[in-house]
Amino acid sequence: MAKNTSSSAFRKIDVDQYNEDNYKEDDCGESQSPPVGPDEKEITNFINQGKNIEALKTVLRNAPISSRNQMVKDAALNVVMQVLLSVKSSQIEEAVNALDRDHLDILMKYIYRGFETPSEGSSGQLLAWHEKVHAVAGVGCIVRVLTDKKRV
Amino acid sequence: MPESLSFGIDPITAHAWNKDRTKLAISPNSPEVHIYHFQRGEWKLEEILKEHDLKVTGIDWAPNTNRIVTCSADRNAYVWTQSEEKKWKPTLVLLRINRAATCVRWSPLENKFAVGSGARLISVCYFEKENDWWVSKHIKKPIRSTVTCLDWHPNDVLLAAGSTDFKVRVFSAYIKEIEDRPVSTSWGSKMPLGLMMAEFSNSTNGAGGWVHSVNFSSSGDRIAWVGHDSSISVADASKGMAVSVIRTDFLPFLACLWVSENRLIAAGHGCCPMLFEVNETGKVQFAGKLDASLKKESSGVSAMKKFQSLDRQARTETNDTSLGTLHQNAITSVCLHTGNKANATKFSTAGVDGLLAIWDFNNLESAMRGLKFN
Repeated sequence: MAKNTSSSAFRKIDVDQYNEDNYKEDDCGESQSPPVGPDEKEITNFINQGKNIEALKTVLRNAPISSRNQMVKDAALNVVMQVLLSVKSSQIEEAVNALDRDHLDILMKYIYRGFETPSEGSSGQLLAWHEKVHAVAGVGCIVRVLTDKKRV
Repeated sequence: MPESLSFGIDPITAHAWNKDRTKLAISPNSPEVHIYHFQRGEWKLEEILKEHDLKVTGIDWAPNTNRIVTCSADRNAYVWTQSEEKKWKPTLVLLRINRAATCVRWSPLENKFAVGSGARLISVCYFEKENDWWVSKHIKKPIRSTVTCLDWHPNDVLLAAGSTDFKVRVFSAYIKEIEDRPVSTSWGSKMPLGLMMAEFSNSTNGAGGWVHSVNFSSSGDRIAWVGHDSSISVADASKGMAVSVIRTDFLPFLACLWVSENRLIAAGHGCCPMLFEVNETGKVQFAGKLDASLKKESSGVSAMKKFQSLDRQARTETNDTSLGTLHQNAITSVCLHTGNKANATKFSTAGVDGLLAIWDFNNLESAMRGLKFN
């Protein structure tokens, strides 16, 4: 094919698209994750009252991982960032120990998403979180951030 | 210490033993298959099988009929038989796939073998005497993506397949031309060719990772699989298809193998074989690391060296160029060596570092105190 015209454009055709049996991501069933994300007012209340660990648990429990709505996810990300940056460095370890494995996975996803859009001093704080979560959940947690199709 | 054999610098993509473990077939990440023979205390290269055009992706050696089947990215599979002059002669098998073959397994009775491929189907091949050739039948639905791993049930009919569509499925590979109707098992009673007996998703949230390896236990009631999300799962057909998962802290596993009805080995990117146990309630738990080798301490590690290293490089580790495990790179395959899936005493691992190691449970037992081996 290429010899005739010296064109290798044929290599860019996606021959699989015409096959009906393709794996489609939408076929995975919807799970029970709430599509609206955490309630911002509730979280702000928790932070103001100093109940940071409670706030963290609530945002992770209500993380909109199954939602397709990017705005919902971005709003949730902002709330989570507020919580993560409000916790003092000395309290991070305590907060991490209060979480179970599934929530640690979700937390690690948010940490990496937080790295994507750094603000003043946020990356340093996120690195401290990363270190503590890694100490508890190991590399498996980070692998799951990379492989999980349900993005945060 | 486990026995280890180095096969050079090329990664070992697949390995298989003959029946009495005196011969070994390996593929060093190339279109060739090397046969090694254990003679007079050392492994000698006996023959190189050169028939495939592209990388060999799977090798399996049938112990009783002494035939080797190899599959490759060139969309072919060859069945190799030994002639009287002890040379291996290939027979082409028409798989009728339009993508690379990824894995191959002889059935327990060695009358057929299954090949997984990127063509989203499994070719089950059997020998047709009338025409003196190997014929393939396809299992297609409902596989949506590349089949990465296969394992046969002890009844010679059921086949478990893991795939990159994040699912593990159990199919019937019953070929009516060569065998009698199978009796019913915990997976079901009617088993026409291609029927999906069970399907498991590699994650509760419908995500997870690609399935790298799947393995039936010796009774056939349980299957274990490992996925790229660093998880290991066990499903039990005798308990209503109950699934138990652990999302581990380790790097993803690439291979898993049952060594007793309740214990399995998993190994992979972490370069260390790990032992997992299934307890009475069916829950799978981590039981220990099987690689107890310590980091090689050079003879002159002293306070002086540590200070020097701290001064020059700001670190106290004097030797961090080698891993603390026997394998220095990912383990790609695990095979039974001595024993069977109900009671294994030795297993072998081969990795990307070109090393093949044979692990003996009797030696490991003393290294891991506190673990009961029954």
